[in-house]
Amino acid sequence: VKIAERVRALLGRDAVLEDTGAPDGVPRVAPASPDAVALLLGTARTEGWRVRVEGAGTWMPADAPADLALTTRRLDRIPAVQPQDLTATAEAGIGCDLLRQELADHGVWLALDPPGLAGRTLGSVVATATAGPLRHGFGGVRDHLLGVTFVTGDGRLIQSGGRVMKNVAGYDLTRLQAGGFGAFGVIVLVHLRLRALPRKDETLILEGSREDLSRVSDEIAAAGLTLAALELFSPPLARRDRWVLAVRLAGSAPLVAQEEAGLRAASGGAFAALRAEEAHAFWMRAAEAFATRPVTLRVGGLPDSTDELLDLVQHQLGDEWVSASPGTGMIRWTGDATVDRLRRLRRALAILEVPLTLERAPWLLRRAVGHFGAYREGVGPLVAGLRQTFDPTSALAVAVESDEHGG
Amino acid sequence: MIDRAVVNGLRQIVGDAHVRMAPAERATYSKDGLTTHERLPGVVVLPDTRDEVIAVIRLLASHGVPFVPRGAGTGLSGGALAGDDAVLLVLTRLNRILKIDPANRRAIVEPGVVNVKLSAAAAPHGLLYAPDPSSQTSCTIGGNVAENAGGPHCLKYGATVNHVLALEVVLADGQVVQLGSPAGEAWGPDLVGVFVGSEGNFGVATRITVRLLPVPRAVRTLLADFGSLRTAGEAVSAVIASGIVPAALEMMDQSCISAVEDSVYAAGYPRDAAAVLLVELDGRDDSAVQAEAASVDTILRQHEARSVRTASDARERERLWQGRKKAFGAMGRVSRDLVVQDAVVPRSSLPDVLEKIGEIAGRYRLTVSNVFHAGDGNLHPNISFDGRVPGLRERVEAASGEIMAACIAVGGTITGEHGIGLDKLRYMPLIFDADSLAAMRGVRRVFDPGERVNPGKVVPLHACREWTQAPSLRAAEGAA
Repeated sequence: VKIAERVRALLGRDAVLEDTGAPDGVPRVAPASPDAVALLLGTARTEGWRVRVEGAGTWMPADAPADLALTTRRLDRIPAVQPQDLTATAEAGIGCDLLRQELADHGVWLALDPPGLAGRTLGSVVATATAGPLRHGFGGVRDHLLGVTFVTGDGRLIQSGGRVMKNVAGYDLTRLQAGGFGAFGVIVLVHLRLRALPRKDETLILEGSREDLSRVSDEIAAAGLTLAALELFSPPLARRDRWVLAVRLAGSAPLVAQEEAGLRAASGGAFAALRAEEAHAFWMRAAEAFATRPVTLRVGGLPDSTDELLDLVQHQLGDEWVSASPGTGMIRWTGDATVDRLRRLRRALAILEVPLTLERAPWLLRRAVGHFGAYREGVGPLVAGLRQTFDPTSALAVAVESDEHGG
Repeated sequence: MIDRAVVNGLRQIVGDAHVRMAPAERATYSKDGLTTHERLPGVVVLPDTRDEVIAVIRLLASHGVPFVPRGAGTGLSGGALAGDDAVLLVLTRLNRILKIDPANRRAIVEPGVVNVKLSAAAAPHGLLYAPDPSSQTSCTIGGNVAENAGGPHCLKYGATVNHVLALEVVLADGQVVQLGSPAGEAWGPDLVGVFVGSEGNFGVATRITVRLLPVPRAVRTLLADFGSLRTAGEAVSAVIASGIVPAALEMMDQSCISAVEDSVYAAGYPRDAAAVLLVELDGRDDSAVQAEAASVDTILRQHEARSVRTASDARERERLWQGRKKAFGAMGRVSRDLVVQDAVVPRSSLPDVLEKIGEIAGRYRLTVSNVFHAGDGNLHPNISFDGRVPGLRERVEAASGEIMAACIAVGGTITGEHGIGLDKLRYMPLIFDADSLAAMRGVRRVFDPGERVNPGKVVPLHACREWTQAPSLRAAEGAA
């Protein structure tokens, strides 16, 4: 109550959400501007408050022990969309669904299809660097960012990058924030690189055994096709009886037609095209599935090790809610897992020089395992130093490292 | 000057022949591609292996000696210059391509590998290394990493940071760290992304894992000729807004065209054009690329292109590109000195900014040639002048400042690919506030607590919050 009153005095009465208090009873605070976030975190530093950062509450469980929860949900404006420049600026608390609609109204597209529910916030996607199948054709989250504004754990408002297509002025703190899981500050504003809305957007799928579909994806890779996405789904994830290899083509009508012909030639013509509404439902269901089970993680291997890594993940975690991007080597798994199993899998992957990133999990599990866990040679002290630079009092409740590695 | 014990130690590590002490030898390394800055390094050392690099850095750490990593010295910001109290660590002998992995489209290289040689080595596998700065026949991959180098084709394929997956880095204290992973997943926070473009301030990359791309099977290169800079700029916006992503979209103005056509790099550009656009489209399928080229042709003509010519064969395409890539060299004929500027603006602002640059040039009575990556909005206004003329350098400085201010005023930035180095330090406070600059300095100190690697570059210390709020710090530096 004391903290809530203090925050009300600082940011106004409506800054503390009365009707949607956090499950653990801590005050949930919704600053309405980047400056208000800075003021709140500056005060948190002087008061010694520990702060949990939340978005829409649809991805990371809102369960990190804290004195208050800072939600970005009132940072939901889109200050600028410049279709002629293919750029936009959006606040971190905007839902991806609303952003997508606003951009489409201007004829532009953010080529990201992150896992999770449609209303997941942009800030959550950036902070966790959770790219979806479109990573194959358009790169990871960091490749869509021109700049970010963020607030450090001690309340400093920092700008990084800008809103133009190329920018090497100063060190690239934008990339530090993309996938930093909030360890280096609270993202409040994001400058985005966009694409023209594709004139044509086709999805084709092929069902079969994992082995057969792996062979087909190899043939597709050898054909050098320009695909927006190439994703392999396990049967439960695709809600089919067998594995599914899904291809998405996006671009001008002639380009999509050419690539579709190339795809059919490379695969023996076996792919089936989905109608637009079927395609939308297919990709959306798969994305949502990753937010419905307790734990989601990603594994980043080399393209030619996808099969081996899929075997390893399934063997260690004993579940089959998994997707893989054979072209990029990225695997995403979701299900229920224990600390021991996750640690064992991470150790096995580390031997193969493959990182495992814990994307979402209950606090106790992510505290024990860490989003990143063990690092490669020499990286641990650098991450600790960066944490100290951007959150000197450890005000932000983030489980970056594994307990077993002294995190 | 560098302590004798340090010099002897360097000699023991790399051999006498690879430690350069004579003034004439050091003078070779006193400038980079931006010749308006000059510093004579205390010692130049050229190690041959990563182990020698580690040993050199550990020796320098033990004596607290600052050092500056340098590749081929083609940078354009005064970024690879060392003063007489510092050692210049030249990495051009570490020029081995360690591995090409065609199955995963990866290569592992040493920092001194020349950019174009990597693509040549990958070509038998049908692969290429996409970032292609104009200096690619001489610049090194290590230098590209330090500067996050771009090039014409980064419009479609991205700059260096989009192609670097993992790095082995030697920190200022000699510790070796492994950043990133071969697959491109960050393995913790994206420290590869933070390191690329850090201008040598965070350490020395000794092994670089990069992504290779398939060589496009079909390519079309178009040359469009415009009667005004404004219509050319508007055509650029129209092409981008159409949804077609050219591999490259470059612009040259009349002054640049004349310089190229008067040189050995003459490419057959129309001399009476106010501007030309060089547009390249590529892809897997020839008919799809041809269809996109036809669409671009139509857009260019709709925006008042006087003519649009398509290169008929690979030879003509190479000739068109040679004119563009050697334009800076061609300008060497125009005058004794050249300032190569670098700024980025929103693409839709290009027509207005180009007119503003013309107005600034007229007011200062200077020759400014524009050759740039129009598709990215990445300008290169180049000022030709004779530095021996009294007062002219000051006019060039003042005009450069006004050009930067004009770019910033429309929401642009002060560098898109050349970096800050020494040259742009003074502009940093125009785009970043004191807290943001202090945060950058904080990151630098995580990698290099003593700030010994490439000191005095990128972040203007006087503009940082901690500096403006700490009189004792100012006094200490003033005394030093």
